[in-house]
Amino acid sequence: MELFIAIFTGTIIAATPLIFAALGELVVEKSGVLNLGIEGMMLMGAALAFWAVTAGYSMPVAIIAGALAGAAASLLFGVLALTFLTNQYAAGLALAIFGSGVSAFLGRGFGSAPIEALHRVDIPVLSDLPLIGPLLFRFDPLVYLALLMFVAISWFLYRTKAGLILRTIGESPQTSHAIGYPVIRIRYMAVLFGGLMAGLAGAYLSVAYTPLWVENMTAGNGWIALALVVFATWRPLRVLLGAWLFGGMTILQLQGQALGLQVPSELLSALPYLATIVVLVLISRNRQVLALHFPASLAKPFRPAG
Amino acid sequence: MHPRLELRNISKRYPGVVANDDVSLSIQPGEIHAVLGENGAGKSTLMKIIYGAAQADSGEIYCDGNLITAHNPAMSRALGIEMVYQHFALFESVSVVENIALSASSAFDLPSLAEKIRELSLRYGMPIDPHRQVHDLSVGERQRVEIVRCLLQAPKLLILDEPTSVLTPQAVVKLFDTLRQLAAEGCSIVYISHKLDEVQELCDTATVLRNGKVTGTARPKETTSLELARMMVGSKLPEMHVSPATPSEKPVLEVKNLSAKARDHFGVDLKDVSFDVRGGEIVGLAGVSGNGQAELVALLSGERRHTQDDAIKIGGTPAAGLRPDERRKLGLAFVPEERLGRGAVPSHTLWENAVLTAHRFGTVSKGLVDRRKASAFAAGIIDRFKVKANGTGATAQSLSGGNLQKFIVGREIALAPKLLLVSQPTWGVDVGASAFIRQTIVDLSRAGTAVFVVSEELDELFEICDRLLVICKGRVSPPLVRTSTDREEIGLLMTGRTMNKDRSGDVALQD
Amino acid sequence: MRFRIEQRPEPSAAMRIAAPVLASLLTLIVGSLFFASLGHEPLPTLYAFFVEPLSSMNGLSEWLLKASPLILIACGLAVGFRANVWNIGAEGQFTMGAIAASGVGLFWPNPDSALVLPLMFLAGMAAGMAWAAIPAFLRARMNTNEILVTLMMTYIATLFLSYLVHGPWRDPAGFNYPQTALLPTAAMFESFDPAYRLNPSIFITIVAVLLMWLFADRSFLGYKMSVSGAAPLAARYAGFRESAAVWIGLLAGGAAAGIAGMAEAAGPLGQLSPQISPGYGFAAIIVAFIGRLNAFGIVLGGLLMSLLFLGGEGVQMTLALPSALTRIFQGILLFFLLAADFFIFYRIRPVRPASDTHALETAR
Repeated sequence: MELFIAIFTGTIIAATPLIFAALGELVVEKSGVLNLGIEGMMLMGAALAFWAVTAGYSMPVAIIAGALAGAAASLLFGVLALTFLTNQYAAGLALAIFGSGVSAFLGRGFGSAPIEALHRVDIPVLSDLPLIGPLLFRFDPLVYLALLMFVAISWFLYRTKAGLILRTIGESPQTSHAIGYPVIRIRYMAVLFGGLMAGLAGAYLSVAYTPLWVENMTAGNGWIALALVVFATWRPLRVLLGAWLFGGMTILQLQGQALGLQVPSELLSALPYLATIVVLVLISRNRQVLALHFPASLAKPFRPAG
Repeated sequence: MHPRLELRNISKRYPGVVANDDVSLSIQPGEIHAVLGENGAGKSTLMKIIYGAAQADSGEIYCDGNLITAHNPAMSRALGIEMVYQHFALFESVSVVENIALSASSAFDLPSLAEKIRELSLRYGMPIDPHRQVHDLSVGERQRVEIVRCLLQAPKLLILDEPTSVLTPQAVVKLFDTLRQLAAEGCSIVYISHKLDEVQELCDTATVLRNGKVTGTARPKETTSLELARMMVGSKLPEMHVSPATPSEKPVLEVKNLSAKARDHFGVDLKDVSFDVRGGEIVGLAGVSGNGQAELVALLSGERRHTQDDAIKIGGTPAAGLRPDERRKLGLAFVPEERLGRGAVPSHTLWENAVLTAHRFGTVSKGLVDRRKASAFAAGIIDRFKVKANGTGATAQSLSGGNLQKFIVGREIALAPKLLLVSQPTWGVDVGASAFIRQTIVDLSRAGTAVFVVSEELDELFEICDRLLVICKGRVSPPLVRTSTDREEIGLLMTGRTMNKDRSGDVALQD
Repeated sequence: MRFRIEQRPEPSAAMRIAAPVLASLLTLIVGSLFFASLGHEPLPTLYAFFVEPLSSMNGLSEWLLKASPLILIACGLAVGFRANVWNIGAEGQFTMGAIAASGVGLFWPNPDSALVLPLMFLAGMAAGMAWAAIPAFLRARMNTNEILVTLMMTYIATLFLSYLVHGPWRDPAGFNYPQTALLPTAAMFESFDPAYRLNPSIFITIVAVLLMWLFADRSFLGYKMSVSGAAPLAARYAGFRESAAVWIGLLAGGAAAGIAGMAEAAGPLGQLSPQISPGYGFAAIIVAFIGRLNAFGIVLGGLLMSLLFLGGEGVQMTLALPSALTRIFQGILLFFLLAADFFIFYRIRPVRPASDTHALETAR
């Protein structure tokens, strides 16, 4: 039972950064923009949040700093992709490389000492319930925030006019422009939101998940988040499920090592990457399913005519 | 009283073209005002300027006597100006009511908006179901959605851009009834068209544009077609020479029981399509767009392949499973509907674009592109088809629509095809180039090539085709001989109504 | 005075050449500001970064030695990029090439044979291609996004390398360090001069550049791939196979990266360890873009990028600045280059302010 609780809560926690990053990217892609630079934005967020903690700022400030760092990084991408109409693949890659450079640069002064991690909050009364308490009500606040973001984004996309505007811009920015919506401005907001979420994901990694600075500590999580959006066929609920699936994979790998499975640790470490490929293959085979919720203008530069 | 809308000295230039040059016009409340002109005369630009979707370089717009500054579509809507686009501003992936909510200024309350849509659409005789997804709607239904969307705003001025190009003749009559009802209620209507008969039937006044300039204003009901036409195209009206066809014994293209599922659910399934085209004749395919033309054309060109190899035969050889380049070896040439991005690579030069389909004609040897030969080939096309371009090194995207179309048609004809497949030969092409392209197609067929033309312009099909087919919901009608059919009959077939039996039997026998 | 952005009627040939120069200059300016903000004198630091490394024979040798894999990989990647096939996993293909080549070098029964080096070349190339063939198959047959797959394959390749050097291939005489034994002499490129590390593998790169030029500028195959990239519907219209473009694009990148991995193992490295690439596979992506996917542009881009690597190492030693600067500079350079490209297709023109028009009207 102890093991089950450990695996379950571990999964939820490991999925949290993926939920942030992938939900952010979902909103960006729904607006028809493809930002491949999640890994870079996450690293910037991770580095800044970690720095803020070591510099003595409070935890909320550090987390907000991380989120803002992600947003600032996304702005670089936004200017290139939205104002300068750059190839979005290239701009995203540049951001990924740049972000890893900047975070490594910042991280040179962090040393190798761990920091005090974000505290868990035991929700009064509920956390004392047998079984359910330890399973569901003893997480740090960001875990709950991630779930809250899921609800908020689902509601925003499918229940509000602003969400409808965002989705339809993703289908056809030309049409949105023709009926009078400021396509570029809305896309900027989406990109910034995506950056904020990626920064939050990075901050979660460095101040809550593994409160220890390691260069390139995201280890491909940003790319996995990208894959999750495809896997989810651009639907929030599936992003959530996918993130849990991958979180579970990560925990299995950790527990597998702990349980002393007779497999090279590298093989276990490769599991999330292998799983990403398998999942992508399974979901991509059916073009019709992909097309149904696919933002038709994804990664196509748009410039208002006239 | 102030006019509802007044334009004073509007000018607008794009790089290389003056779209509008010192255009002035004035529209009274309740007036139906035509803006008449050929393709490329500057009508659409002018409408965008009126609506605020584009900004004039100079000139002024007054609405009810007030100067409009810092113009944009949102401001237009606030002033009561609404626009129905030629290519609809609808999103396919969401429902009718969501589409309308996007341009409604009211609170985001879908159920009550849906109710209003139902009511209003019934009142103006064009019922629509607000909860259907737009991708499930026919083109005519989509136009209704557009019009209802505008009407919900209780507009003072309604702009319609070529509204009938997607409608059957019968649907046009209904649309005109709705427009007259609106005008009678005091709404001004700007009706953009290049079709003289429609303007004469519907409009009170007309402003005629040519090359971006106003060439005259008229009361169309009191003016002859000839006078209007002269204002539109200048003094010289192009003439067509169509000699009688002498079809070959054996068909060059045979399509037999071709059925195919649509590739995504935005498309149309083809059901049991059969027809043939002989050498020396032109067969046309009429139909409202979105009834399976795109699917049929892709299957004929090889861009989409079919498992049943003998469903399509070219020159007697089963070809349905062949790729486009393999079909070209059998003598197929193809002018697609989209010029930029399909018929030509926008960023590539003309000589490079010549290589696209002419690579078996000496422009490639030993795996290497022969630039000199490719340039010569492209120069030949430019010369023979009077393409206005800055040499063979000009990029495809730098050419005007008409000139690029001449280049593509020229390239395909230079391949000396046995079978020419042409989709929308003169879409967006100015009048001079249209006449030239049509004449070229006719001449090619009279020299023995089998030609299959897909077009939404009935006038065009009636002008050049020997036989006509009609496609509706993925089914293709039996062939009709052009000289013994009329628009009425084609129009009925376009709506999918079957003709009475003896008539169709008659047609089938005539061939 | 207001400005308006408008599309040029024709892309500007002058800007096409000026853009990379402009981007490089802007990178230098931003770099100076950056150094200044860190409290280093900009000019001496820039000198230490960009000039000092080239002021000695050894520096020049290192410059070319590092440029070689970058150019080689970028040439291979550019083949795919021209067709919009986004192989960003060259790092993994490089790693697999190095592994396979070292495997041959370490375990070939006759270590002194003259065949060893050619065999290593083939093994490296084959391994790089095999690693790229997986995403190619998945994209061509299963419609799977190659960006994500090539990237995931890179992580897997790195883990595989780590497994080998920690486990079965670890040098028993290596004091428990995670590394293989040194490659035998016959399995190594011999340097031109024992004092410097530059070796004949640079000829492979020169051949690759020429092949790339022939492919991109002259061949019908290159033509078809560029059509696939610029206008996929036109490629379908002409009957050029999309799957062929995917296969060729990915295999070319895989082969080049695999060979580069082999040359690295059989050259400066001489053995495998967990860290065999300073990020050549990713940097080569930037090189390909700076070079505008064109053979000779890639040569210049590769030399520039190599200088960034050298300079990063240089200031790390002389000024104790972190080598992460290299990646920052790479990112900034690519940002500026992409932004500068905008002006190839667009221009900014002053427009008469709207208020002037009104003034004129009222005056009348």
